[in-house]
Amino acid sequence: MKITSSVSLLAIGAVLLAGTAQADKWSDQFPHIKNSGDIPGQCSYEAMSKKDYSGQKLTINTHAVPVMGEPTALHAEQFSALTGAEVKVIHTPAGDLYSKAMIPFQAGQTPYDIVFGFSNFLRDWKQYLQPIPAKYVNMKQMQDVTQGHIDVNSWGGEMIQFPIDGDRHYLKYRRDVIDNPEYQAKYKAETGNELRIPQTWKEYAEMAEFFNGWDWDNDGELEYGSAEVMKKDDLMYAAFFSRSVAYSKNPRVKGGFFFDLETMEPLINGPGFVAALTDWVEATKYVPPGGMNFGLGDEINSFGGGQTLFSYSWDDAFVAAMQDDSPIKNKVGAAPLPGSDRVWNRLSGAWEDTYNQAPYIVWGWTAAVAKESKNHDMAFDYLCFFANDANHQADIAIGRFGVNPFRKSDFLPEIYVKNQGWDPEIAQQYSETLLEMEEGSTNLVFPLRVPGVFQFNSAVATGTAKALAGQLSPQEALDEVAVEWKKIVKRIGADTVREAYAIGVALEDSE
Amino acid sequence: MNFKHKYMFLLPGLLVLLAILIFPIGFTVRLSLSSWDSFYPGLDFIGLENYVRLFTDDSRFWEAFGRLSLLSLTTVFLQYIIGFSLALLVWKEIRFQRLFRVLFLIPMMTTPVIMTVVWRTVFHESLGPVNDFFSLFGMQPLWLSSEILSKFTVILVEVWQWTPFMFLLLLAGLLSLPKEPYLAASIDGAGPIRTFVYVTFPLMAPISIGAIIIRLIEASKIMDTVYVLTSGGPGTSTETSSFYIFIKGLREFQFGYSAALSITYLIIMIISFTVIAKILVKLMVRGE
Repeated sequence: MKITSSVSLLAIGAVLLAGTAQADKWSDQFPHIKNSGDIPGQCSYEAMSKKDYSGQKLTINTHAVPVMGEPTALHAEQFSALTGAEVKVIHTPAGDLYSKAMIPFQAGQTPYDIVFGFSNFLRDWKQYLQPIPAKYVNMKQMQDVTQGHIDVNSWGGEMIQFPIDGDRHYLKYRRDVIDNPEYQAKYKAETGNELRIPQTWKEYAEMAEFFNGWDWDNDGELEYGSAEVMKKDDLMYAAFFSRSVAYSKNPRVKGGFFFDLETMEPLINGPGFVAALTDWVEATKYVPPGGMNFGLGDEINSFGGGQTLFSYSWDDAFVAAMQDDSPIKNKVGAAPLPGSDRVWNRLSGAWEDTYNQAPYIVWGWTAAVAKESKNHDMAFDYLCFFANDANHQADIAIGRFGVNPFRKSDFLPEIYVKNQGWDPEIAQQYSETLLEMEEGSTNLVFPLRVPGVFQFNSAVATGTAKALAGQLSPQEALDEVAVEWKKIVKRIGADTVREAYAIGVALEDSE
Repeated sequence: MNFKHKYMFLLPGLLVLLAILIFPIGFTVRLSLSSWDSFYPGLDFIGLENYVRLFTDDSRFWEAFGRLSLLSLTTVFLQYIIGFSLALLVWKEIRFQRLFRVLFLIPMMTTPVIMTVVWRTVFHESLGPVNDFFSLFGMQPLWLSSEILSKFTVILVEVWQWTPFMFLLLLAGLLSLPKEPYLAASIDGAGPIRTFVYVTFPLMAPISIGAIIIRLIEASKIMDTVYVLTSGGPGTSTETSSFYIFIKGLREFQFGYSAALSITYLIIMIISFTVIAKILVKLMVRGE
């Protein structure tokens, strides 16, 4: 991925902002797009109103309300009003999205025309999905999608899932604390260190511990160090990988982050991962009471509600903190995930004492059309309409929708200042952080996308949960995970897993 | 009506039985002999491989089974004690008897998953009202993230939800007891405790055994409470057999293996309940 020049980005932004219509007949009819009005494009409101799908039925399986479920239903209603299609939306809990689609897929049935899920389902689902037709792949709307998210939704160069969301894990922090001169002096006096955006996980831990368990924002409530997804089976493995990348993703070592691509030996119990898990076990001391049982929703509410100094994971906590009804609006900042002052080199079998940082382009929401659906045209039109410029701009402004930036034009700070009332400095920092992760780093880690991905992730969740609960030491826990991974590889077949894993490794190594 | 006609009348019932009971069990047995997972869908035949894996290489299942035994025996024991006490309380004529009878049944009438979400909020360690109260005394118990307390919380929620069921069965039993033994006990000068020990309890033994076995069967399938409250955590400290089978089957999509787990679990349960019923009869009916 090449660094996009600021000039071209500004040009895209200028075109988008200039092309942004204000209140028009469509925004009168659909208040959701009141800020932008309809924006011309292949799947705009205007374009969709010329389609006629009367008498046809579209069935969609999506997530529960609100995250992704609410925009799915809203855009279904709009699509129905514009085209005359009957759209049935079925809401499913996140944990069941995979199986609810996979069971009929395997049984040769097609109860859903469109299935929503996570981008890391791709390897298991791809044979049941219809690749995105060229007319959508080549349209202007799609050309605005970052290369990273084109890659996330593609398999072997063919786009199979429709980009509707962009995700990465990054650091969120309280600017009103970290930038506070009084606290900076206090921190310096008591620890001898600078209070700044943490550059390493060690600094993160020190600051989180310092600001743990006292009322540092004078709201009469206790505040804590960090809110993290630690609840077993609730996406905790993704949080663990976020903490692992700095220690384990060595830019000088190619050929795999999760496995050694050549031998398919798991690397999950290597010293880098063990160091990350050791840090994570320590983190249980500076999370809010019960933080060890925090799922993603708890993390969003905790940081978004002003309970903690730090958080890291998907965008949602940041967007929630920046909503109008948030007590900490314009008091938060975004930064890349902390790094580490050493990184493991598995080839030399030694630590390299050098600063390392690696962005984790974690999986996110995506949607695709079932191969056996009888309504391909209508289904792709719906997805295209879902992600059209006007809907997308409106959707990313609503934290609970779970739609996050994945287009080049999303990284323009002006959008957040104008549409969402963000402080310009915060908008600038947020945009730069996300863009830098997408296009600036050469040390990216992509999510595991191999057959049986749930078995691998479930093993990580169980192992790390045991370490967090003190049932096993970090090394014992990850040794157990490695043993389980070896068994899974053996069951599925090393060559099969390697073939799939090689696609992700190629993306990482081409940086 | 000849012999064949009789079978014609039985046929609809037999077909329904076949469709809803025999076929699923037969299919599960067949599934357990296959390697069906997310990558290899289909009923291939791998013999007893899944069962060998279960008995030689899956300590997590057996640990979950141990935990299940602890949770289900404890919850049912507590439900029996509390349910029996409440039934005795409203058995005799007391004020607001009808109101109490209805009140005691309310938890059972609520939806378990929704109530567990409510309980999770109540026991939320930093935002829940229970810890708000405890914080007045400088305490913040880790209801959901301590290995020991999380088990206690699961037990508490289960007891709250299902004690009314035990109460209902035992109250129905008490109301159906004959009056004569009580008259005899009264004439003999027996006090309330002796009457309970020598009359009520023995007379209630068959009903008690039925209620306990029914509740044990239900408790052994504990899943929704664990799923919502702790997801089996912290670590694996509240992971039960059914939750583990759910993870293997519907999270990891190892259909073949989870079918083997289910069949093994079913056989263990049938044997266990048969043994438990015999022991209860021995203890409660024969008094041995």
